[in-house]
Amino acid sequence: MKTLVKTLAAGLAVALLSSTAMAQDIAVRGGQVWTMGPQGVIEDGVVVIEDGRIIAVGPASEITIPQGVQVLQAPIVTPGLVDAHSTVGLTGYLNQPDDQDQLDDSAPVQPHLRAIDAYNPHDRLVQWVRELGVTTLHTGHGPGALVSGQTMVVKTRGNTVDAALVEDGTMIAANLGAWALDQDSSPGTRAKQMAMLRQALVAAQGGADPEEDHLGPGERDEDNPGRRDLVEEAFAQVLAGETPLMITANRMQDMQSALRLAEEFGFTVIIDGAADAHLMLDELREAGVSIILHPTMARNEGELENAAFTTAAVLAEAGILFALQSGYEAYVPKTRVVLWEAGFAAGNGLTPQDALASVTIDAARIIGMDDRIGSLEVGKDGDLAMFDGDPFEYTSHATGVVIEGEVVSTAVR
Amino acid sequence: MRMIKAALYASISLGVCVASPATAQESPIAFTGATIHTMNGSSGTGTIEGGILIVHEGRIVAVGGPDTAIPGGAEVRDATGLVIMPGIVDTHSHIGQVSGADQSAAIQPDVRALDSINVRDSSIPRARSGGVTTANIMPGSGWLMSGQTFYMHLTDGNSIEAMAHLSADGSILGGMKMANGTNPIRDNPAFPSTRARSAAMVRSHFVAAQEYCGGDRRPRDIGMDAMCEVLEGDRLVHFHTHRSDDIMTALRLREEFGFDMLIQHGIESGRVASEIAAAGVPVSAILVDSPGGKLEAMEASLETAATLEAAGVFLSLHSDDNIIDSRMMFRHAGMAVRGGMSRDGALRALTINGAVQLGLEDRVGSLEPGKYADFLLLDGDPLSVYTDLLETWVLGELLFDRDDPDDLLQATGGHGAGNPQATTHVLEREAHMLEGAR
Repeated sequence: MKTLVKTLAAGLAVALLSSTAMAQDIAVRGGQVWTMGPQGVIEDGVVVIEDGRIIAVGPASEITIPQGVQVLQAPIVTPGLVDAHSTVGLTGYLNQPDDQDQLDDSAPVQPHLRAIDAYNPHDRLVQWVRELGVTTLHTGHGPGALVSGQTMVVKTRGNTVDAALVEDGTMIAANLGAWALDQDSSPGTRAKQMAMLRQALVAAQGGADPEEDHLGPGERDEDNPGRRDLVEEAFAQVLAGETPLMITANRMQDMQSALRLAEEFGFTVIIDGAADAHLMLDELREAGVSIILHPTMARNEGELENAAFTTAAVLAEAGILFALQSGYEAYVPKTRVVLWEAGFAAGNGLTPQDALASVTIDAARIIGMDDRIGSLEVGKDGDLAMFDGDPFEYTSHATGVVIEGEVVSTAVR
Repeated sequence: MRMIKAALYASISLGVCVASPATAQESPIAFTGATIHTMNGSSGTGTIEGGILIVHEGRIVAVGGPDTAIPGGAEVRDATGLVIMPGIVDTHSHIGQVSGADQSAAIQPDVRALDSINVRDSSIPRARSGGVTTANIMPGSGWLMSGQTFYMHLTDGNSIEAMAHLSADGSILGGMKMANGTNPIRDNPAFPSTRARSAAMVRSHFVAAQEYCGGDRRPRDIGMDAMCEVLEGDRLVHFHTHRSDDIMTALRLREEFGFDMLIQHGIESGRVASEIAAAGVPVSAILVDSPGGKLEAMEASLETAATLEAAGVFLSLHSDDNIIDSRMMFRHAGMAVRGGMSRDGALRALTINGAVQLGLEDRVGSLEPGKYADFLLLDGDPLSVYTDLLETWVLGELLFDRDDPDDLLQATGGHGAGNPQATTHVLEREAHMLEGAR
């Protein structure tokens, strides 16, 4: 997975200026602080944030809050929530034809469509999820095409995508199964989906064109430097192990196809959706694949016919790394909220600790961001959420949200 | 008129019009030691601690405190630590693969939902696994009038007739589905293309109905016959309406033609809560997890139920299954409380309020002697995410048992849950009967 170097190279000035301008020094005291890090749950804990980063975490009795620093309080404090897969910012909340930018259907394979070129940080759903504790979104192109485009990681703030951006081109979104079939065109069958993906990857390997046989993945022919192919470049990133292919696959056969493809080409695959995961636990564990599980409350019809409220608990029991997601919603509600999806999983056998992990540290791990977010540890981003009770109870409220030391919400939601 | 009929029903017909309790348990069952939310009375949850509920032959025969007399020969079940409450009345659902009107016209009162429902569809046991025991099954909202709705009693019946709430004269109960706003506006010459045209088409139809119903009703028109029931207050209009101006239009139509109306959805009803309250019109509300998804839902708010409650609007909550899964009705009530509604109000909105809105309060919605033995056993606070629904009883029969793996599959989903399973209980019972016969 790409590192921050790439982001910094792309937007050094903007990122640094904006974070400096918005960073705050702040301390947050919680009746319980769920760090999701080595310190576990701290009773009467304090998190101190300076210049947008956490500089101290621990019991209130041991932490000295610097003079003059604003102090917020809440019964429960958690890391800012991380939504491991969303389309918020691309799928406008009004759901009109001209605010749905998660999917272009002019071609089935478009790995070169960038999420940064389609993100609206002012869409109301960004604010909606932020006020419910979500500070980081892995968002971008949705399911519905064989390869729909790229994803990115943003914080749920910022006046522009540059101000929100943490990482561009985090993953490339692919989709196997019925949602990405086109009965009038290609791919019209599951076998054709695999054939088209294999052909595209072979082309990116340079194996499709005899003229380029001497070139490795992503390498350019120096005798012909003008020729660039954005599609091949995007797949070359996948083949080079820099960008995971996130394959939305819900039926077992489609998940198995995803694993078969990853095995053949040796790329990093993340399985998204995974409704049938409970039918192939051993296989998933042996493959060492990470799962971005469908929303717990996703409607169990069609591709999700076998979906279960208990799958998160089953994956946790099996020791398979997974995160929960808000996913893509075509109608009402236009987005789900990972806080509530994790809560529903907690109500269906997942421990509250694992439920919170699935929308914080484990989500951060899967999107390659656990060095910066997902837990309350010294050196990490000062992102946290406050609640007036058990975060997973229906009747509790999010009462405050902080991103990199900036109080971005004090709404009671 | 409806109220008079209901009173008549209560006085003369209890036990007459319901044949199905013949299949229910033969000896009484007493549940003891439970926290019982009876939902009796005009407010609150009528909660009894250490309560006893006694059911027999499909009916509730007693509900009370620890001193309640348990008849000899009763099977006694210790429900200490558990919560018992009435089955949920879902005032707007689309379970059972229901359909209604077709594309031929925007107004089709002749069409009945009951003629389209597949009683073997897995959505029905799934709804029971979420605690739903009565549901108003509705045709869609893409019409000004999409047909007659069906008040389903979620028994293990194998036919619509066995799963119907019946009136005193034996007819199948239901309302009339109407809609305004964007859903009925379509690119089809038989449909309106503006809101004003929508209202004009509805008004014209009601004027024609007034003429038909006031005349000799010949030649007979089954659609107009249904319209007469609407005009005479015997068939409740379930009016799908979202935007506040559309809600006001619905109120205006009701005022002009004098029909009984239940506002369905009312996403923006909070904006006109005082107008709705002043009109004395009840609301069947839905709270969704985020705004948007369609223009009319752009103002969706978790606070709507609380706003309506504060304004004094008589309120129920519905699933609109599968907009919200029937298994998430307790969550729905919890979200209403999150938005500021009272806990008592939210529990009433799941049970007795819906029963009153559908005119079924003499048989369901609360735990009172004489009412149907439709009740739920839970292992904790109904509004907690950590609480499991353990059992759903309908007409005194245990139809969802969390300890039964087949039933659990319905409650949680998983491989095979999507297959039609509504027959499971029926087949098991038939097998049991055959066994008994041998």
